[in-house]
Amino acid sequence: MSDLLDLVVAGLAMGAIYALVAVGFTLLWQTSQTINFAQGEFVMLPAFFMLAAMHAGAPFWLAILVGIVLSMMLLGLGFKLLLVDPMLRHGVLPLAIATMALATGIKEAVKQFYSAEASPFPSVVPAGEISILGHTVSLQSLGVLALAIAAVVGLTALLNRTSIGRQMQAVAQNPNVARIIGIPVARMILLTFLINAFLIAVASVLITPIYLAKFSSGEVLGQAAFIAAIVGGFNQIRGAIAGGLLIGIVDNLSAAYVSTQYRSAVPLILLIVIILFRPQGLLGRAEERAV
Amino acid sequence: MSAIGKYIRPALGLAVVAALILVPMSFSRYGLFILSQWAVMTIAAMGLNLTLGYAGQVSLAQGAFVGVGAYAAAIMTTHGLPLASALVVAMLLCFAIGWLLGYPALRVQHHYLAFVTLAFSTLAFLVFRNESWLTGGTYGISNIPRPHIFGFATGKPLPFYYVCLGMLGLVTSATWWLIRSPWGRAFVALRENPIRAQSLGVDTRRYTLMAFAIGSALGGVAGAIYAPLTQYIDPVPFDLSLSLDLLMMVIVGGSGSFFGPFLGAMIAVLLPEWLRFTEGYYLLLYAIAVILLLIWSPTGILGILDRYLADRRTKVASAQRALAKSRLETAQ
Repeated sequence: MSDLLDLVVAGLAMGAIYALVAVGFTLLWQTSQTINFAQGEFVMLPAFFMLAAMHAGAPFWLAILVGIVLSMMLLGLGFKLLLVDPMLRHGVLPLAIATMALATGIKEAVKQFYSAEASPFPSVVPAGEISILGHTVSLQSLGVLALAIAAVVGLTALLNRTSIGRQMQAVAQNPNVARIIGIPVARMILLTFLINAFLIAVASVLITPIYLAKFSSGEVLGQAAFIAAIVGGFNQIRGAIAGGLLIGIVDNLSAAYVSTQYRSAVPLILLIVIILFRPQGLLGRAEERAV
Repeated sequence: MSAIGKYIRPALGLAVVAALILVPMSFSRYGLFILSQWAVMTIAAMGLNLTLGYAGQVSLAQGAFVGVGAYAAAIMTTHGLPLASALVVAMLLCFAIGWLLGYPALRVQHHYLAFVTLAFSTLAFLVFRNESWLTGGTYGISNIPRPHIFGFATGKPLPFYYVCLGMLGLVTSATWWLIRSPWGRAFVALRENPIRAQSLGVDTRRYTLMAFAIGSALGGVAGAIYAPLTQYIDPVPFDLSLSLDLLMMVIVGGSGSFFGPFLGAMIAVLLPEWLRFTEGYYLLLYAIAVILLLIWSPTGILGILDRYLADRRTKVASAQRALAKSRLETAQ
């Protein structure tokens, strides 16, 4: 049986990645009522941009940069202009279905144009183990955790401490009033799509060395992020972060202590319990019904 | 014009039914399999249409209900029980599960049924895969027998296609009746304006729950025919992607319209087959086609038809108005 501390740290590292993806998910929902079922595939794709850049001869750091920029262009700007804008005025559901089709499309495109096999991906954090208070902890987990926390802290600072961040929050809370007081609502919504694309590109860099770059690896991740967002509270960024960390730890601990067969069932049961007893999520506010 | 219009619809319906009975007689084994699959998927999509199109709730577990029905039928018929009893069990089982899932989820409005059904879908898959003593695990259940109906063996593809078609006819009539009953009217009222429905004395929660449970039961029916159709089942076809596919069928066909699921299932089952000549690219092209269709008409294929008919009606009406106006002017 693995060391408990190592399991918790690995769980936190995984959870921090889930949190990144879940935060992006929540941002899109808050500002533009977009439920993105392709979020997991969005995380899988930037890794392939980076691999392609490395094949073209770019060094690793440049490839990461190319991946992030391409992700923001295609999965941020392109996604918003080509799919969300024409469909959003017809309601939440058709768009949600279209993102499901998009998920299939992305998976198949990677399979056809790149490879159906899993490709290894270099890690930004060196492998190895260090010892903390007599426990051995994997360096990779710690590094991933640190980077993900840095991204989340940076995002929270952006949202709470800068003028742009406050404007974005105003748009999320009430677009009509935001428009009246002179906030450029459309630009703010576009910005949330770009931030989402940036977050998933970072998540892609962090998670791909662990799970390898494979066309199908987005499915599990997307679902985990989705559950994290609901468990934490669909309308709160803090909730998505807490939900992500919780799901990461629960997932890792249940793999070790429950059974590997029913490992993925534990977060789902957690989800059902949360919906039964606290439907607005752990940190969420209850949404009032507008008549 | 209206006199002709009155007869066009039933005539068209009869022609389609006659074609569905007669044309496949010359089909190959594979063509019959695809067409039977269409019938089965249409039943499941019709159930989801009750939940989504009429009661306005998103279920992400219709594929899991098809799985529950298929496993119930496979386990019972391989133990020598008749398919008819398996159908009843599949239907009741899915109805009960739907009720139990929906009861807590529908306490709170919004997307919670979607979340709970998402969880159920994955849990059901895990049970199918892990409980090998019951479901055969990853090896699945093979040699599922096809039934004898009134002494006729339906083992060959053509007779079994008629079984699927017959079931589709039965389910279609039942749903048609349901939607026109006071219950069905309550379902529509829920979708159009839940608050008004409630103020008129419709017990919103109970009717939403009923619509979801009945829709789930139809998923079970579809599954119970799916098992003898493929004669072999394993967990893979019933994972979340089937639920998403079924949801896509309902939306693409036109959710909330009676014949939407027929069209949606046709596209979802046949389009990939037609695109098969493109080899590896067919799923990619299928996904692009669905996205383009939804951008063009978010209300699905029947939405396009509706728009066309509405356009024509406005044109006819405005032509008549112009005519009447000119007559009025000449009379003066």
